[in-house]
Amino acid sequence: MFPARVAREMPHRYRLEAAKCKKCGAVFFPHRLICRECGHREFDTINVSAIGKLISYTVIHTPASQFKDESPFALGICEFLEGVKITAQVVDIAAADIKTGMDLQIEFRRVQTDGHAGVIGYGYKFVPLI
Amino acid sequence: MRDVAIVGVGMQKWGELWEKSFRDLFVEAALNAISDTKVPKIDHMYIGCMTGGLFVGQEHVGSIMADYLGQKHLAATRVESACASGGAALRCGFIEVASGMSDIVLVGGVEKMTDVSGDGATYALATAADQEYEVFHGATFPGLYALMARAYMERYGATRDQLSAVAVKNHDNGLNNPNAQYQMKLTVQQVNESVMVADPLRILDCSPITDGAAALILCPLSRAKEFSDKPPIKIIGCGMATDSIALHDRRDLTSLDAVRISAEQALKMAGKKIGDINVTEVHDCFTIAEIIVSEALGMFPAGKGALACVNGETRVEGKFPINASGGLKSKGHPVGATGVAQAIEIVHQLRGEAGKRQVKNAKIGMTQNMGGSGGSSVVHIMEVA
Ligand SMILES: [Zn+2]
Repeated sequence: MFPARVAREMPHRYRLEAAKCKKCGAVFFPHRLICRECGHREFDTINVSAIGKLISYTVIHTPASQFKDESPFALGICEFLEGVKITAQVVDIAAADIKTGMDLQIEFRRVQTDGHAGVIGYGYKFVPLI
Repeated sequence: MRDVAIVGVGMQKWGELWEKSFRDLFVEAALNAISDTKVPKIDHMYIGCMTGGLFVGQEHVGSIMADYLGQKHLAATRVESACASGGAALRCGFIEVASGMSDIVLVGGVEKMTDVSGDGATYALATAADQEYEVFHGATFPGLYALMARAYMERYGATRDQLSAVAVKNHDNGLNNPNAQYQMKLTVQQVNESVMVADPLRILDCSPITDGAAALILCPLSRAKEFSDKPPIKIIGCGMATDSIALHDRRDLTSLDAVRISAEQALKMAGKKIGDINVTEVHDCFTIAEIIVSEALGMFPAGKGALACVNGETRVEGKFPINASGGLKSKGHPVGATGVAQAIEIVHQLRGEAGKRQVKNAKIGMTQNMGGSGGSSVVHIMEVA
């Protein structure tokens, strides 16, 4: 992964910045240039709240090569108060204890180490509430 | 718009075809399609191919295939919509002939998937998902459909056995298709006990990695008799829709809106209702996909598709026969070729030449070809002219 590609994603991956449409209030993660719901082009930057509800999950046993060391690992989709849904790994919890409907916290973590430029891909993962 | 007919079809037996190259796969299928007709020349060619670049390092697919097909200077365009590339190519060919721009169009699809390792194939296929917001976090294609499967099972109470019934049915059908990659019978128990890929999906819930190509010849319906003695198959409906590429951005994890909308468009254009369709090929890249697609097409209410399969409603002799060819599951899934091969199966069914897997009195058929986890869908409806 080239540094520019990592840097470009920092507002979303590092700071969980979302865009809220100034006209209709729809929230998008990551930001967009035009609102999918109303076509408006002005947004406020907001942060996705820290806790979301797990709406589905899987345990991946045959991952892409850069995730081989962590396999099997859980991947889930959480829905947040602002209305956005986010896909990320579910960690620090045994697969058997993961349940649809549970609240999970989103945390800043290392997601992958890239082979080409050696850039570490930081981002977010879901963890159980403390 | 002019009426458009399919007058010739061709493919090969699909599988791990190590001795056949990317270009040879395509040319073989294209020559088989041409030989199924008496067309003197081709005016234009559309080729569905998801990622020649990642599978064999080859882009510029239109040119290489036109050259190796012996069609010097032929206008040729590669079409891409992930796993729906073949269906999208057929749509382009249909529009090309319907518009009057060309008379004889070859629509093909090809994918050479076994020149890379399993990891390489996982990576290549995952490019059909959201690279930054799904794949970056470890999502794979089985993983995304597993997220849909769990949501569906928990919402509607669908069971492990019900998912397996889809694979069992499609393999039963594939036994009667000499071109199928995996002509082998499966039991519910075998599927239930197969290796876990992405919980709850197991390896026998998944369509395989396949080398293969498919091709068909389109012409104006008014000229069909010049090029073939077989019944011309008229394309009477064509629909295409997209949805967010990321599964999490969709309205609902257990619905496929792109499938529903593309089917509504095609049915409206054809002036038909779903109950008028006698035989359907759908995109069963995973068992759960066939179930949700059957609901999105309007065959069954939401949450009832799994039970409908168990009850035999989607078998060859059922009310809505689905994937008489064996589907992606048994026939194989060389991604760019799949949408074209689905149309070929419908042509065989409507011509009445499908042998042991023939749906009785099939007059109207439908194909549904999906891109990614539902980010695109192409539907075609055909009838015997
Ligand atoms: Zn808006």
